[in-house]
Amino acid sequence: MAGQQQTAHDPFVIAGEEFGSRLIMGTGGAPSLDVIDAALAASGTALCTVAMRRLDPSTTGSILDVIDRRGVRVLPNTAGCRTAREAVRTAEVAREALETDWVKLEVVADERTLLPDPVELLDAAQTLVGLGFTVLPYTNDDPVLARRLQQAGCAAVMPLGSPIGTGLGIANPHNIELIVSEARGPVILDAGIGTASDAALAMELGCDGVLLASAVTRAQDPARMAAAMAAAVTAGRLARLAGRIPRRSHAQASSPIEGMAVL
Amino acid sequence: MTITLNGESCELDDDITLVAFIESRTGTTRGSAVVVDDEVVPRGSWPDYRLRDGQRVELITAVQGG
Repeated sequence: MAGQQQTAHDPFVIAGEEFGSRLIMGTGGAPSLDVIDAALAASGTALCTVAMRRLDPSTTGSILDVIDRRGVRVLPNTAGCRTAREAVRTAEVAREALETDWVKLEVVADERTLLPDPVELLDAAQTLVGLGFTVLPYTNDDPVLARRLQQAGCAAVMPLGSPIGTGLGIANPHNIELIVSEARGPVILDAGIGTASDAALAMELGCDGVLLASAVTRAQDPARMAAAMAAAVTAGRLARLAGRIPRRSHAQASSPIEGMAVL
Repeated sequence: MTITLNGESCELDDDITLVAFIESRTGTTRGSAVVVDDEVVPRGSWPDYRLRDGQRVELITAVQGG
């Protein structure tokens, strides 16, 4: 019910497109298409990412068949790209392959950290916006870089909670709040989510959505974790809208102080 | 004729169109794209685009990914 309420009264809009779920699913890391199929269904997602790679003739079945069957919109990424040039080229390939000008822009600096390379990322974002792409950049939790990406015309910014695949959660909540506080468009927490409470925290901090992959696809029970993430995103969003109580240093009774009986 | 497909030598019928080539490899044109000699070939050009001997072709498709 909460999820339906959220859809009816609190639309999630990216670049003028409305989505029925604030949970965006990455499809990487799942051991089989059946596993990702069950996870997508349980997540209730309306948008999921794919990567672009050379055709492997030994593969049977396509992730696109699963995505199409679930009625989920596809968002190609530029995973693995190290330079702006590579990322722009990959986005152009994805546009022809998938007939979408939406792209999750990833330009990482090195294999060990998979952290975004800010210089290449901004360069690629500016170029792709100029070419008419709807650009959703995976970025550092850096409020200044997030601002620059939005100034460049990105449709959303997607700061990391912590490095890809670490499951370390949101390492710098203060920075995420800063990014949210001055955002011109959607902020989507992307990467580092380990479990449901991390996703709920992202939403409580004011993020508009959460993008995650490994936390679900590498969980012991991916479909069950997908359901947990969906509930967490909804709960976190409701808590954000409801407005949490301020933190206090000392206790404050909720029962009346007046009228205590003398016993 | 011989092209280089994804880094490996590959024999093809002469004058094959990109549409026919992609469908012969993937069974569909959905989800795939081609880069020929470093140029991304727009989907709209595939029916008329004929591969030539010696070209380097990258055939790329969507896979699972974050």
